Amino acid sequence: MLDDLDRRLLRQLQADPGQSLAALAERAATAPSVASRRLARLRAAGVLRGTRAVIDWRALGWSVEVSLRFTLDKTQPNAFDEFIAAARAVPEVLEIQTFLGSVDARLAVIARDMGHYQRIYRERILTLPHIADIEALMHVARIKDAEALPL
Amino acid sequence: MSAPDATDRALLRLVAEDATRSAADLGRALGLSQPAAWRRLRRLEDSGAIRGRRLDLDAQAAGFGVTVFLGVKLAAKGRASLEDFERAAAAIPEVQTVEHVLGLYDYRLRVVARDIPDFERLLRRRIMTLPGAGAVEANVLLSEERRPGPL
Repeated sequence: MLDDLDRRLLRQLQADPGQSLAALAERAATAPSVASRRLARLRAAGVLRGTRAVIDWRALGWSVEVSLRFTLDKTQPNAFDEFIAAARAVPEVLEIQTFLGSVDARLAVIARDMGHYQRIYRERILTLPHIADIEALMHVARIKDAEALPL
Repeated sequence: MSAPDATDRALLRLVAEDATRSAADLGRALGLSQPAAWRRLRRLEDSGAIRGRRLDLDAQAAGFGVTVFLGVKLAAKGRASLEDFERAAAAIPEVQTVEHVLGLYDYRLRVVARDIPDFERLLRRRIMTLPGAGAVEANVLLSEERRPGPL
């Protein structure tokens, strides 16, 4: 379980992942050697998986983003596994999620424009296995996307 | 920005995986000198292709056992109600993302909670009481996979 110091370190790192160990230790009110040991322990425990650059697909010319929500044909024993494996082969798919609820799976799909999206939808998405139903949500704006944990 | 070339795309793929690698290290992986790798990285950041850095934490391991995606429909629409809803939703620490979408719902929220009772409390006290919130649909996340995208 995380203690107060772990939480302080992770909170500070979430706010600024690029900061130096010295700055981080000072903000979390501890010594750099302690901070370094704690971070190593959080990594070993699988809490801290790494730091990733966030790519802005819109800036790269991928202006369309759609959330596709799927109901799968669950009478097929391997519906989930086969659907996910096939979705992995579509390069424009950014996220694959499965759910407990009225939706079984969701794909985040990007495209260069609406024409391109329509092509991906027809040729790569509708051909995925075991689909019973699809709903689409078109992204308009991101209001908050830090994805921080409330530590 | 001008279209990213194959080296830019390879660089984006590497930093999306691990943003802590040095320019020298990235250069070695791509057959570039340290200054050349640094210049490319700088250009990708300045052009907005790299939006920032994000700490990758395992929510489950950090004590947040439940991630839920909520589809929220606004009961009353109008410019003021959109802004009120967005501001109030983004201010809730457990709400990790707020996306404005077109389709079955108006907003898509990603919410973390310690467990199901904690989620229920959050839903009743913070989400259902958001200004303008109407119908809410919840799907509990079972699995999630981020893909590198079309790089």
